[in-house]
Amino acid sequence: MELTPEEEASLNGEHGETLETAYRILVATGEATNAERLVPIQWAHLSGVNYNTIGDAGEEFLRELSKDAHVKVKTTVNPMGFDFDHISEFKHIDDEFVRKQASIRDSYIKMGVDPTFSCTPYDIFDLPEKNTQVSFAESNAAIFANSLGDLKTNKESAFSALASAITGKSPYSDLRKDDTPTPLTIRMKVDNPNELDFGMLGFFAGKVGDTAVNISGVSQPNRRSCKAMCGGMGTSGTCAKFQFVNSDEDTGEKVDFGKEEMNEIFDELNTTDKGDLITLGSPQLSLEELSDLSKMLKGRSFKKRCMIFCSRAIQNQARSLDYTNEIERAGGEILSDCCTCLTPLIDTNETDSVTTNSIKGAYYLKNSTGVAVNLKPLSKIIEDETK
Amino acid sequence: MSKVIVQGKAEGTILKTSNPINFLGAVDKQTGVIRDKKYDIYEKSIKDIVLVFPHGIGSSVGAYTIYSLKSHQSAPVAMICQKADLTVASGCALANIPMIVATEEEFDSLNNGNYITVDTESEKILN
Repeated sequence: MELTPEEEASLNGEHGETLETAYRILVATGEATNAERLVPIQWAHLSGVNYNTIGDAGEEFLRELSKDAHVKVKTTVNPMGFDFDHISEFKHIDDEFVRKQASIRDSYIKMGVDPTFSCTPYDIFDLPEKNTQVSFAESNAAIFANSLGDLKTNKESAFSALASAITGKSPYSDLRKDDTPTPLTIRMKVDNPNELDFGMLGFFAGKVGDTAVNISGVSQPNRRSCKAMCGGMGTSGTCAKFQFVNSDEDTGEKVDFGKEEMNEIFDELNTTDKGDLITLGSPQLSLEELSDLSKMLKGRSFKKRCMIFCSRAIQNQARSLDYTNEIERAGGEILSDCCTCLTPLIDTNETDSVTTNSIKGAYYLKNSTGVAVNLKPLSKIIEDETK
Repeated sequence: MSKVIVQGKAEGTILKTSNPINFLGAVDKQTGVIRDKKYDIYEKSIKDIVLVFPHGIGSSVGAYTIYSLKSHQSAPVAMICQKADLTVASGCALANIPMIVATEEEFDSLNNGNYITVDTESEKILN
């Protein structure tokens, strides 16, 4: 990869250890993606915020880094492990976890990030103009940015996005260019898909696709289904982009996604027919999704505990518009700054199984939290789990 | 010709898997033991070995797992992949673990249990 003299000097440590480390990461990721140079980026979104995932080594690394590092561009961050406003209600979470999570939060804030603690930055902010280069580490956000937001990003790693935030640059990899080769086309063969089906389509696409896929046989789905698809796709593979095409446009390799393929994924992730509690919001819910939920819950109440995850910014907007009243009256617990995935809020001593409509959530609930998963679309959750 | 992603020199015994690795979740970030039953190297440790695998998958936070392994002295001494991905590349870059993308022929010739030297400065990188 070609570096400018200034970038070369930073890589050689002439501008301090932080920039040396950042450029070392950018060079490695540039080599990994066959990029010939670095390009400026306008917005970085970082993962690696939840103490549950980055652990002591991550907490120490960020504490050291924050003594010197400062972000150079607009930088937003992923969810933490829990909601500080509600942590006293979760007795099983120990003080050590709370202390370490606070340290991670403070390190990011010290580096100048916008404390969004959200996996859905695209629901909080207006997106920049078409073709703007960004660096998003959260996989569902990267896929959303490339596929629906008209932005350009790699499916960044926690460190490559952090290096981009600190330098304002990222490797000019294939995904950032316009002339990407014709990708695999997935032919959607499932009729009237709901958001859970779209999540499974995404999960399937992530498994069979390389860096990008075309999807034929669907008209533009609603935003909930699109988010579900981004979440599913980001979880299962390396694919970072999808594009809806008319079936007559597809010229390259093709693969079908029908009932059989969908049932296989369902059986992989659905391990029980009943959940002890319900979680909604992976990715975190948007204002529109909260509005829909409040309408669906009118006059009904949850029969069991239901955790509802949205970003702080969205919760504040929902409160001012009174969308939260109906949800909380129905027994829903609205939690912010965290999400279904990898949260320690689910007490595995008390919870054996979780009902959710999220494929991404299901994957992490099953494989990381270690609980059984019951998958249902939202309409079915309302039908079965409320009265 | 193999491609250097992260420079360095290391030697060790090969542990090879045919499974793409999701570092977040599949690998214990303190001990380096594979804890996902779906992997053909389940319950094996990746500590102090030359890890040979197709490529990384899944969460972007897996880069922190690689860094954590290094901090706990449980990291592989080098990694050799078929295909580079950003999570493994950036994790190795920060943790100073040499990382190579091997040609198909080289990748196929790497066998479990063999002792190998990785030297990115040498004319023949894998020996």
